Amino acid sequence: MAAISREEVAHLARLSRLAVTEEELDRFAGQLDVILQSVARVGEVAAEDIPPTSHSVPLTNVYREDVPTTSLTQDAALSGAPDAYEGRFRVPRILDEED
Amino acid sequence: MSDLTRLSAADLASLIAKREVSAVEVATAHLDRIAAVDDRVHAFLHVDRAGALEAAAAVDRGEITGPLAGVPIAVKDVVTTKGVPTTAASKILEGWKPPYDATIVERLKKAGMPILGKTNMDEFAMGSSTEYSAYGPTNNPWDLGRIPGGSGGGSAAALAAYEAPLAIGTDTGGSIRQPGAVTGTVGAKPTYGGTSRYGLIAFSSSLDTPGPCARTVEDTALLHAVIAGHDPRDSTSIDKPVPDVVRAAQLGKSGDLSGVKLGVVKEFSGDGSEPGVAAAFKDSLEALVKLGAEVVEVSCPHFEYALPAYYLIAPSECSSNLARFDGVRYGLRAGDDGNRSLEEVMSLTREAGFGPEVKRRIIIGTYALSSGYYDAYYGQAQKVRTLITRDFQSAFEKVDVLVSPTTPFVAFPFGSRTSDPYQMYLADLFTIPTNLYGGPAISVPCGLSEGLPVGFQIMAPTLADDRMYRVAAALESAVGTFTPPAL
Repeated sequence: MAAISREEVAHLARLSRLAVTEEELDRFAGQLDVILQSVARVGEVAAEDIPPTSHSVPLTNVYREDVPTTSLTQDAALSGAPDAYEGRFRVPRILDEED
Repeated sequence: MSDLTRLSAADLASLIAKREVSAVEVATAHLDRIAAVDDRVHAFLHVDRAGALEAAAAVDRGEITGPLAGVPIAVKDVVTTKGVPTTAASKILEGWKPPYDATIVERLKKAGMPILGKTNMDEFAMGSSTEYSAYGPTNNPWDLGRIPGGSGGGSAAALAAYEAPLAIGTDTGGSIRQPGAVTGTVGAKPTYGGTSRYGLIAFSSSLDTPGPCARTVEDTALLHAVIAGHDPRDSTSIDKPVPDVVRAAQLGKSGDLSGVKLGVVKEFSGDGSEPGVAAAFKDSLEALVKLGAEVVEVSCPHFEYALPAYYLIAPSECSSNLARFDGVRYGLRAGDDGNRSLEEVMSLTREAGFGPEVKRRIIIGTYALSSGYYDAYYGQAQKVRTLITRDFQSAFEKVDVLVSPTTPFVAFPFGSRTSDPYQMYLADLFTIPTNLYGGPAISVPCGLSEGLPVGFQIMAPTLADDRMYRVAAALESAVGTFTPPAL
C-alpha cells in the first residue's frame, strides 16, 4: 500500500506554499512514496523509554549581556527586497477586496 | 618559480611571509587558473577577482600577518559574503548580495585570506552530486563526465583542479567529506558547535557544520584553526578552547600511531561498498597497523537507522528554515501582477524559485511534522538520534576513533542516480551517523579504484577533533596524495 497518495502530496504542497504543477504531482507522488517507505524504518526501533535528541549540544537558553550595538541600516536591510516603498518591504495584497 | 597553484597552503604562506612571492602573485596565479579551466570544471558560481586582489594587496602592504595570510580561498555559495553574490545555488536567491559577512568569512578576512569566489553546490546543500544546482553541475577534475560529490562539489573540485589551495564547505550529512572522497581531496567536519553557523543559509540547523577543505591534512588543520572557535552570534556555538588540530596534524605526520585504537564498525562491513572501495579501505587499515595502530571491531547496532532518521530530521528542519523564502525580504518574487494575493505570490515564487530536490524535501518535512504523523516520523527519528549517540559513546569507551570508507562508491557518472532520489541518499550512508551524533570526522584520500579516488573516514568523539587529524596525517604520510590527470 502506498504511504502517501497524490492527493496528500497536493495538500502538503499547498501547506508548504508550493504551486506545484500536475506533472510534478505525478512525479513526486511516486518518489515520495519510495522515500517515506524507506524512512519509516525508524519505527522498527522500539524506543518508548528513550528520550528524544533534538540537538547534539546540551544547551538551553543561551543568554548574553544586553549591550546595544549597531545593526544593519534601513537601506542595507531593504537592499535585497524585491519591492520596497518608503523604507518598508512592499507586499502584495493581503486581504480579499470583498472581505 | 614553480607553478604557484600546485603548492600547499602551508608552503604558500611561508613563501609569502618570507616575501619570496607576493600575495598578489599568488592570487593572480589562481585567478588565471580559474579563467583557464573553469569553463570545463564549473567549480565557481561567482569569481571576485577585484576583491581577491585587493585583499592580497593589503597583505603585501604588511597590514595583515598570520599563519595563512595571503593564501587565497574559495567559499561555498551557502555562506554569506558581504556585497558578493550568494545564492546557495538556487534561483530563488539569484543576484542576492548579502548585507553582512558570515562569522567564518569575517575570520578569513581578518586572517588576510583573499576570497577568490563562491563555489557551486547542490541547491541549499541538498544533494550528493551538485546535479541539483540550479546553475548546472560541477564536473569532477578526475573525469569530467562524473560527479564531484555534493553538496560541496564545487569546493572540492576547485581544490582538485588547482583553482584554489583551500576551500570552505558545510557538512549536514556528509557534504564536506563525500566530495572530498570522490575528488581525492581532504575535508573535515568539525564538532557541531565548534564552527559558527552565523551567516550560513540554514538547511538543517541541528546538523549544519561549516568546515575546512584542502589537498593536505596539514592545510586542512591550518584552515580549521582559523575558522573555529566560539561565536556569541550562534546560540549553539561551544564556548570552549578549540582542540590543537595543527599540532595534531604535525604529530601524525611523523607516522607513529603506537597505542592508537581504531574501531571498525561491524555494521558497515560488507554493506554496500563497491569492491574497489572496500579493497582500498582494507589496504589503508593495514598501512595504519604498520604505523603501530591497533584495530578493534566495534558494534554500533543503530547505525543502520541513521539514514532513515536523517532523511526525516533534515527535511523537517529544512521545511521550517526555508519558509523564509517568501518573496518579501530578499530574492525572487514571481507572479506579482497587482491582482494576486500575497499567498498566491508566495506559492508562485517558491514554485519558480526552488528546484525538485528542495521541493521534495520541503514536502517530506511538512508531512513528517504534521499532526498525526509527528510521533511516528519526526519523534521516532529523534529517539533514533539518541540511540546512535549512545552507540558512539559506547564505542569510544573501547577505541580512540572509528574508521570507515567515506562513501560506498567512487564518483559516479552524471544522471545515474537522479531518477530514484533514495539511490542518491545512499552516498551518505557512512557520513550521516556522525552528523546525528555531533562529533567530528574527516575524509582523507586513501587510494584509487579503477583510476578514481577513494576516501577514508575517521570519526572522533565530540571536541576531540585533534584525534582525527593525527590519524589522518599518519595515513597521508603512508599512502601519499593523489593527483588527477591534467585537465
